[in-house]
Amino acid sequence: MNGPGPEETIPEEVTPEDVIQVRELVAHYGERRILHGISFGIRRGEIMVIMGGSGSGKTTLLRHMLGLRRPTSGSIHILGRDITRIGRRELYRLRREMGVAFQGGALFGSMTVAENVQLPLREHTRLDENTIRIMTRMKLEVVNLSGFEHLMPAELSGGMTKRVALARAVIMDPKLLFFDEPSAGLDPVVSAELDELILKLRSAMNMTIVVVTHELESAFKIADRITVLHEGRLLITGTVDEVRRCENEHIQAMLHRRPRKEAIDADAYLRRLTGR
Amino acid sequence: MYPTHKAGDYLVIALNGEVDLYYSPRAREQILGALESGAHVLVDLSAVEYIDSSGVASLVEGYQLAREKGLRFALVGVSQAAMQVLQLARLDTVFPIYEDLDAALAAAAQGQGSADERAGP
Repeated sequence: MNGPGPEETIPEEVTPEDVIQVRELVAHYGERRILHGISFGIRRGEIMVIMGGSGSGKTTLLRHMLGLRRPTSGSIHILGRDITRIGRRELYRLRREMGVAFQGGALFGSMTVAENVQLPLREHTRLDENTIRIMTRMKLEVVNLSGFEHLMPAELSGGMTKRVALARAVIMDPKLLFFDEPSAGLDPVVSAELDELILKLRSAMNMTIVVVTHELESAFKIADRITVLHEGRLLITGTVDEVRRCENEHIQAMLHRRPRKEAIDADAYLRRLTGR
Repeated sequence: MYPTHKAGDYLVIALNGEVDLYYSPRAREQILGALESGAHVLVDLSAVEYIDSSGVASLVEGYQLAREKGLRFALVGVSQAAMQVLQLARLDTVFPIYEDLDAALAAAAQGQGSADERAGP
């Protein structure tokens, strides 16, 4: 375990029992500050939904939680390890405990469905071929894609692609599952089916699940708690009821689908248009 | 090696601890080895703290081999956590499952628990 360093204090939004602890996270892309000191914790076995509009920083936050980017400052402790400071080998080991279903599926186009799903097993284990084959079919059963193992990704619908990505994400029975925009690009029925699947996985496998989405209906259905970001700042972490009751104008705008009012800096806008 | 003992005409293999990606190959080898030698197999899961998909896959493979060989294969002492993993893969109605050893032996005495009594996985 690598706990807080001598100079690091645990923010009050985080408890020591949280399996994911995001502490005072600051992130930049170049000069641009994307995350402004985000702190929150995720409890074991809960479904945490991270919400926010475009440009809110939720995708950047996810990338940092997966160890794909290093923050400017702050830390993210995952299962007791600070993912922002560990070395490559330790990160590789930690990732065995983390399943990720990316927004577009991120399937390899030259591999069949089965080959895509079993990829983590081949990379991280030395299981017998029969075991790998049975595990793959079991996970395809779970996501209702039994019998589709020989298809190529190009032959799949959007919903099927997401379910294959989900099967691959859970093939190693990870403790943590990260799911980026499960509903994006799906019709409402398929989206609802995916929500059911997420709930089923949590109850059967006791996974801690982090879902990044901007879909309100889906978030309210699956979330134990919701974290809302706006322009790189955390507005609230709370239950569905707490979020609904929150009077923050940005949250109310999100709940009622009101278009955002952009405050225009006249000087900056004119300079942008005129180039002077 | 996991402990084994005879009970009736069953060989009982008592798995324990965590049957996960690391330990499931050992369970698989022992289960398949027992079946290859012609034994009826009862897998006792009562001391299992955690079983993952690779462990369940070993049980599936064992049950399938038992069916092919006309041997009896059943599970006993399935914890709630293990049952949830089986339910997720819809295997809870596939395996012959008994509460304990006595129930499995009683069923065997009545001619139940044969591997080909249920639909295969």
